Amino acid sequence: MDTAQAIKERELFIATKGKQKTSLKCDADSIAGCVSQRACVYCGARVVLNPITDAVHLVHGPIGCASYTWDIRGSLSSGSELYRNSFSTDLKEHDVIFGGEPKLKRAIDELVEKYQPKLIFVYSTCIVGVIGDDLEAVCKQAAAKYNIEVIPVQSSGFIGNKSAGYRAACDAIMRVVTPRKRLSRKVNSLNYLGDFNLAGEAWIIRSYLEEVGIDVNAVFTGDSSYDTLKQATAASLNIIQCAGSMNYLAKKLQEEYSIPYIQVSFLGLEDTAISLRRIAEFFGDAEIIAKTEALIERELASTRPVIDRYKGMFSGKKAAVYVGGGFKAISLIKQFREIGIDVVMVGTQTGRPEEYDTIHDLADEGTVILDDANPSELERFMTQQGAHLLVGGVKERPLAYKLGIAFIDHNHDRKHPLSGFVGAINFAKEVHSTLCSPVWDYMYDFGGDLNGTIAKV
Amino acid sequence: MEQSLKYSKNVNENPCHMCMPMGAILPFKGLEGSMVIIHGSQGCSTYMRRHIAEHFNEPIDVGSSSLNEKGTIYGGEANLKQALDNIIRVYNPQVIGVLTSCLAETIGEDIERITAEYRQEKGVLDYPIIAVPTPGYGGTHTEGYWLAVRQIIAQLAVPTERHDKINIILPHISPADIRELKRLLALMDIEYTLCPDFSETLDRPVARPYTKIPAGGTKLADIRAMPGAPATVQLGITAEDELSPGKYLADTFQVPLYNVPIPIGVENTDIFFRTIAAITGKSIPDSIINERGRLLDCMVDSHKYNFAGRSVVYGEPELVYSLAKTCVENGVFPEVVASGSKNERLAHLLQPVFDRYQRQVTILAEADFVQIRRKSVEAGVNIAIGHSDGRYLTEREGIPLVRVGFPIHDRVGGQRLLSVGYTGTALLLDRITNTLLETKRGKYRRTMYEQYYKPARVIS
Ligand code: SF4
Repeated sequence: MDTAQAIKERELFIATKGKQKTSLKCDADSIAGCVSQRACVYCGARVVLNPITDAVHLVHGPIGCASYTWDIRGSLSSGSELYRNSFSTDLKEHDVIFGGEPKLKRAIDELVEKYQPKLIFVYSTCIVGVIGDDLEAVCKQAAAKYNIEVIPVQSSGFIGNKSAGYRAACDAIMRVVTPRKRLSRKVNSLNYLGDFNLAGEAWIIRSYLEEVGIDVNAVFTGDSSYDTLKQATAASLNIIQCAGSMNYLAKKLQEEYSIPYIQVSFLGLEDTAISLRRIAEFFGDAEIIAKTEALIERELASTRPVIDRYKGMFSGKKAAVYVGGGFKAISLIKQFREIGIDVVMVGTQTGRPEEYDTIHDLADEGTVILDDANPSELERFMTQQGAHLLVGGVKERPLAYKLGIAFIDHNHDRKHPLSGFVGAINFAKEVHSTLCSPVWDYMYDFGGDLNGTIAKV
Repeated sequence: MEQSLKYSKNVNENPCHMCMPMGAILPFKGLEGSMVIIHGSQGCSTYMRRHIAEHFNEPIDVGSSSLNEKGTIYGGEANLKQALDNIIRVYNPQVIGVLTSCLAETIGEDIERITAEYRQEKGVLDYPIIAVPTPGYGGTHTEGYWLAVRQIIAQLAVPTERHDKINIILPHISPADIRELKRLLALMDIEYTLCPDFSETLDRPVARPYTKIPAGGTKLADIRAMPGAPATVQLGITAEDELSPGKYLADTFQVPLYNVPIPIGVENTDIFFRTIAAITGKSIPDSIINERGRLLDCMVDSHKYNFAGRSVVYGEPELVYSLAKTCVENGVFPEVVASGSKNERLAHLLQPVFDRYQRQVTILAEADFVQIRRKSVEAGVNIAIGHSDGRYLTEREGIPLVRVGFPIHDRVGGQRLLSVGYTGTALLLDRITNTLLETKRGKYRRTMYEQYYKPARVIS
């Protein structure tokens, strides 16, 4: 195994801050055989749309795709639970040969009869793109037949990566929000884009905004419903948390409905405070501004001391970050700084060039920056850089643990919120729970000879 | 016995099974020094890695040929060859499994030809690259598993002189289960080749230095020599003939096949030991007889509590068969037995077991959780036994779940669940009994209050 070599083509996707210019290759297809951590177009579309609670999410394809995405997000709902089911046309050999349209039609009939939904999303998977089922036509027909909205999501797995899936989802959302009649604008009202209400995160942000007098009109897509999405164009501002998935939609809403947008981040104390201020400034209302300042002051007064206490326990620790989108990586670098931890490796699955520029500017000298990393690279760089902690998804967790490295889940199905002031505390708590666990003290000279001397590493 | 063998429905609502390549990855993880590549689009392998990693809590590296639009239109040959190059460069495996996803199958990729060509071009004619066509729509992960084991053996096994090592072919059980079987075989002083063996590879110890491919797994040389074995013991009575690795060895090399159930439950475990003893002529040691006695003791200790159990058992057919039988042995009679697979053997095999106690049981093939839920509620089920996706039954219907099988993704320790052998059965039974007790004790104050106190007050 010592003969393992790095892959030449991958060198372009890896940079070290300070060593060379910032030009990092990204936004490209994964290289075959690199054990990429990336997901597919369908996955991107599904994770964005899934939190729409009262929609039927029907996966047109073979069973696997639906099986692996059944209720994978910890998105909470205040109403319908329909979105937590996994519907699939479960295509079989016969359907692949003769076409899956008849089955899809029957599936829609059955689901309409059973659930009477106002909205159905039909996701296309790899083979649907290949066998050429006309999703658009089937959906149109069904929509006319039942007088509901049946929206095809063009998410065949091979047509790109997760980002293409985000765009497919946004296109589908645009079809939902397009109102039949023009809506009048509501004052002091905004849409919150790119929050999926994981562990109630959208609710936390909503509570801050409501306190200062701002109405959250619609959330894309956390705890949203057909009716709330239909009201979306009444808002006077869009704020975007997850840029990777929602920039595209924000631009469309600006083009077509002249709704301006700003980028926010509610990860960490600093970003949360800045974001709230920027929103207040946008509305320019003196009362909103004053209330926002009061809220920030109150929250910081109670959270800062807690964060500082944790900070004291983390000195000298180094973190590695490997997450889906670039914007999340940027927020995490700042958030780690807040709790006194240096980030020594930053990677993303689908970061965009401008995000990598920001990461490069923000990172310390010597930080390794990489796009679409694979387990072998993660292992190499975490070890070389002496990381004590990794932030990543489920697939990366066992690798970190095997290497004796602490781990933070930043994935869909976490059960605690990481947004807002309370989220910042949760983050510090989670770092503490993994970094300062006694278990690491027992990772003796791994596999050491119990009969000889046990040397501690 | 009510049977639903309706094979096609329009919607699968909350699936009870996964796709073929997912099942086929696992046997490859049980070969020494092995890596797998899925020929298809990137997403499939990522999803499967995530799913498997969550169950075993282990790093799961699976390559993908990362087919994009171009590869889909003009053929993915170049991608697959590049994937082979890169996997060999980084992992240096002794053997590579190449599986197809739906996409590659639909566009008609011939992985057999491509891998043969690759070997030719690189001048590595002996390098084992095992191609297994696994279209996601061609069956469930169970069929994928058996097919992969069969292909591994079919492509490696060669005529071999007679030797003493019996072949033991395993279905999808936990690493802890595999280790337990090895312990028992060691107690009996049996020589064997166990295939596939992911007891170490998918439950590896913390060790230094870290290796990209974990140590352990069935040795390729041992698989090559399987045709020389005195017999094959396959824990695969539900495996259809065309998928059965043991049948392949019997048909091709005349190795006698003993198809036995997974040794969970008294009867099934008895069958296992009797079979091994009969083949090898070795006797069963006292220590194992004592374990059996302890299991009987455990069964008696728990029997009254278990008699209150009305279970639903679901999952992979082979496991479901043994679990259902164990339920029957202990009076936790199954009301519903279900599998996502289109397996006809399961129902036929279970029939006599239920007949013996004159029980009506609903057996569902190609089931999804909507059916399982409906039938379970109708039958008044009060305990579910199966993988994590059944948590839906707990959440929606309050039916408590004893987790066993794959995937366990909402609890830790899927890889450590021990259920085979007399001792494993006792541990499993304790989990079942204690779940029933917990429900009963958690509820009885309220139930009694509501049943006897409240109405009395109303009447007075
Ligand atoms: S069902 Fe087919 S497309 Fe879906 S994950 Fe499985 S192999 Fe991939």
